[in-house]
Amino acid sequence: MNSDTNPLLALAYTFALMSLFAVGGASAAIPEMHRVAVDVQHWLTDKQFADVYAISQLSPGPNVLIVTLIGYSVAGVAGALVATLSMCVPTAVLALVVSRFLARSSHARWPALIQAALVPLSIGLMGASGFILVRTADRTLAAALVTAGAAVLASVTRLNPLWMLLAGGCLGFAGLIG
Amino acid sequence: MLPDSPPAAVPVADPKTTETSSPPSLIALFVAFAKMSLAGFGGVLVWARRGIVDEHKWMTADEFNETFALCHFLPGPNIVNLTFVFGSRFRGIAGGIAAFAGLVGPPVVIVTVLAALYQRYGEIDALRRILAGVSCAAVGLLIAVVFKMLWPLIKRRDVVGLVVLAAVFVAIGLLRLPLPQVLLVAIPISIAITYAMRRKGAA
Repeated sequence: MNSDTNPLLALAYTFALMSLFAVGGASAAIPEMHRVAVDVQHWLTDKQFADVYAISQLSPGPNVLIVTLIGYSVAGVAGALVATLSMCVPTAVLALVVSRFLARSSHARWPALIQAALVPLSIGLMGASGFILVRTADRTLAAALVTAGAAVLASVTRLNPLWMLLAGGCLGFAGLIG
Repeated sequence: MLPDSPPAAVPVADPKTTETSSPPSLIALFVAFAKMSLAGFGGVLVWARRGIVDEHKWMTADEFNETFALCHFLPGPNIVNLTFVFGSRFRGIAGGIAAFAGLVGPPVVIVTVLAALYQRYGEIDALRRILAGVSCAAVGLLIAVVFKMLWPLIKRRDVVGLVVLAAVFVAIGLLRLPLPQVLLVAIPISIAITYAMRRKGAA
């Protein structure tokens, strides 16, 4: 054992910090999750990270549950719980404090300004999420075509996204993605 | 009191006749958020709006938008923030915890079971192929969301916004710099630019 202490502590620290910097929500924090979980801590391989993302999208519930899956692969059920709570609680408390503060004061102009300033940041972060996931998931031309197809279908139709995930799964099962 | 008496005529109106109904109990909060969460594949927001505004009438559409805007500009999972703020508005901290437990509890159980199955059977070839296919499609869905968010900036030729966006993309996506450091630089810059542009626009 080197400098790394308890894996639960590492999970708690990682996700509590990430929670406070996840501007634009959980999908915008994916590059940071990948950086920490794959590159820094070696909790998951690239392939496992792509799988974990797929599983989190297949499950109901908020997008933040990808953190639950990362936590589970590090330290089982306890890891899943610690990671989930660490990602949710600090920012939820912050939200509560800020909402009570705003209810009492008339700083209404500031949230609108800050919000407008944060929009391009969160789109840039989500774009980076897309880029990193493309690099981990699309290793063949066929895979890239499935991604492009899903992106186009989701942009121009109102098809339930679940159908596209299932279609992707079927294509994969048929061995067409490689 | 007659059930059909107009609400404006009676000072103590029946809760059902007022615009939003009576504050929900802790159990009602838990159940309502569990339902929304379990219905929400690929995002819970749509279902949260439907449940809170349309079905239970706990908030008006404007109140919902305001609360969501607040939770969107704060960091962290937006829907989790919204749930916590919403629950505690009615029943204090306990209400926040009840709503949060409903939102996160049941799906965490499902995801944990899936994670256990993945750990045991993840190396089976058929499952690997299926997951590879699902993740390709899932990435496509994310790209579509990014494009939908990007489109308004392109349409109004928001050059400054696009430059900030591109800088963040390069720093995080290509250079793989740590998120906290990037944001500690990018947030003040973006706020300063936005503020300067608005003053220029107002003058």
